[in-house]
Amino acid sequence: MSDFPAVVGALTSDAQTLASGFWLHPALILLVGALLLPLVPARLRPGWLLLVPLLTFARIFAMTKGTFGEVHFLQFTLVFGRVDALSTVFAYIMGLMCLLGSLYGMHVQRAVEHMAAWIYVAGSLGAIFAGDLVTLFLFWELMALSSVFLIWFRGRSESLGAGYRYLLVHMAGGVALLAGIMLHYHATGSMAFAAFDVKHPTTATYLIMIGFILNAAVPPLHAWLPDAYAEATFNGSVFLCAFTTKTAVYALCRGFAGMEILVVLGVIMALYGVVYAVLENDSRRLLAYHIVSQVGYMVAGVGLGTELAINGACAHAFAHILYKGLLFMGCGSVLHMTGKSKFTDLGGLYQKMPWTFVFTLIGGLSISAFPLFSGFVSKSMIVQAGFDDHKLWAAFGLMLASAGTFLHTGLKVPYFIWFGKNHCSKETWGRAAEPPWNMVAAMAITAVLCIFIGCYTPYLYRMLPHPVQFEPYTSYHVSETLQILLFTGLGFFLLLKKLEPEARISLDLDWPYRIGGRAFLWLAQKPIQFIDNGVGEIYRVGGLLPLMISARLSAAFDNRIVDGAVDGFAATFRQVGSRLRGAQRGALQESLTLAFGIAAVLILIFVLTF
Amino acid sequence: MKLLRLIEFLRRHLKTVIRMCLAMLALLVLVDAIPFFVDKHHAHTKAEHIPGFWAAFGFAGCVLIILFSKAFGHAGIVNREDYYDE
Repeated sequence: MSDFPAVVGALTSDAQTLASGFWLHPALILLVGALLLPLVPARLRPGWLLLVPLLTFARIFAMTKGTFGEVHFLQFTLVFGRVDALSTVFAYIMGLMCLLGSLYGMHVQRAVEHMAAWIYVAGSLGAIFAGDLVTLFLFWELMALSSVFLIWFRGRSESLGAGYRYLLVHMAGGVALLAGIMLHYHATGSMAFAAFDVKHPTTATYLIMIGFILNAAVPPLHAWLPDAYAEATFNGSVFLCAFTTKTAVYALCRGFAGMEILVVLGVIMALYGVVYAVLENDSRRLLAYHIVSQVGYMVAGVGLGTELAINGACAHAFAHILYKGLLFMGCGSVLHMTGKSKFTDLGGLYQKMPWTFVFTLIGGLSISAFPLFSGFVSKSMIVQAGFDDHKLWAAFGLMLASAGTFLHTGLKVPYFIWFGKNHCSKETWGRAAEPPWNMVAAMAITAVLCIFIGCYTPYLYRMLPHPVQFEPYTSYHVSETLQILLFTGLGFFLLLKKLEPEARISLDLDWPYRIGGRAFLWLAQKPIQFIDNGVGEIYRVGGLLPLMISARLSAAFDNRIVDGAVDGFAATFRQVGSRLRGAQRGALQESLTLAFGIAAVLILIFVLTF
Repeated sequence: MKLLRLIEFLRRHLKTVIRMCLAMLALLVLVDAIPFFVDKHHAHTKAEHIPGFWAAFGFAGCVLIILFSKAFGHAGIVNREDYYDE
């Protein structure tokens, strides 16, 4: 936790400059709220947990468009508040999700969990309103540094490892982003965050794009997502599933609309997530793979780059945050109540948690884009944009992915948790019950919103950055969607045997660094052992010969003193080795904070000298 | 618990529920074939004018996804749970 004060310190100084400009940044409300949270008496804490997100949301709602919070820093201008149509729609849904997520986790006692979540949301809002690349980068990193605690707080040894991997991958992405920003500034002399020249991309453009698409979990840079989101706390995942990837979608919409390669990557992503979801046994990992799949639609929409496609990407991000939040709330409730998230440990729970089932099903129907549910009015915009652009392969690829989406999230998740074969142990069954009222309330509100968006389209469509001339409810479109989905359902029940969950895991592209890390450890240990053995061997050979020719005395000397020395030597080495191993993990947080400090100083020097 | 009773009612009459679902699927394809109900003016490709095209697409897609993923998994992707344990 040693990096917390540094980050918070940096932010409060930012905050002061903001306040002097008389423009209240919504992230500031959350940051101050988070800092004051430990001081709030336990009795008043539930109220505080609702008040702060509510104020933040109200602030976002009341914003007028324009550019605010400009701070002159060295020779360039930092812009903390660029409020336009694109940033408003994303900030609106982030603010709303923060409120729902806080309500869902309201009964969690540890204040630091709420603080981490709010600082994370503040990072996301800061990045969304950032008008220049330096501010964007600062808040971008704040998100990674605060969100990792939502994984660590689960407290399992697996979550510790997953958290470190999450952090390391995001640090690598941050380095790519920073390098891109520096090259971009060097080439153009501008730090403004606007659309990049996607027709003539340079190394700088590609590096910035890599930084963005890593956060959007585009394969092959996606494996951190299922790894981390399945390991986070039950309410941590509700936050995680909304903010990182969708802030990245925002950044892509802003900077890379029309970048052709994103269409290809988006369609691959949409299908990739579906394939892994078939193999998955852990419900929350399955949902995580469907984030990859759904963000694929948005990335493809950004790549298409037309007004309809960008509207579609924004609308889908909006709808996705709600229904994916709802799905993680449903599976999180099961985890919270039973302690289990794997299909092979669950089943038949409809008797114990029927309402949780209904809410999760609504999330499943929304993500599958059933008519009258939210996904229907957003996903179809992107597919339509694909057809309009004559990219038939992209449109049909996305249609295929939507069959897969219903197959897993709409059918597999509800079926194998609430119906199917009952794998519950006696303890699991005994613990299973509907979750506390605040969790049920959060799910109910989110479910109502999912249906509301699907039924009353102007609510969402009026918020989108471009004027909308799109009508999702045509007879053809409804018929097309119902056919795809319901016949997918037929396929599911016919092939049910093949989909029976197995207690297995599937390897993904985190394999290289998970095994790579082990190779590094091996290298660190083995040579030491080798030297140790080698030295021992030399002494033994060197000790054997004198033994044969000389008297007992020398043998005793050899036994007692030389071997003793060798053993001592070896023991010392082993001790140093294990210390090193410990140090590699323990000191990582400090090293990372240090690395960031150095990176920040380097930017300053760079900016000053060029 | 009215909700629970509803779910159990449906489960007791599972056969009827399945029959109704199948009837709905047939009806869906039937409606799709009648131009009065479904205006295919906005279809993007010729193939989409075939009645029940999307039904076939959905069913084939579902089967394809399951079979492909299973084959992919068996090609060494799926492993025992303690694979990463040291």
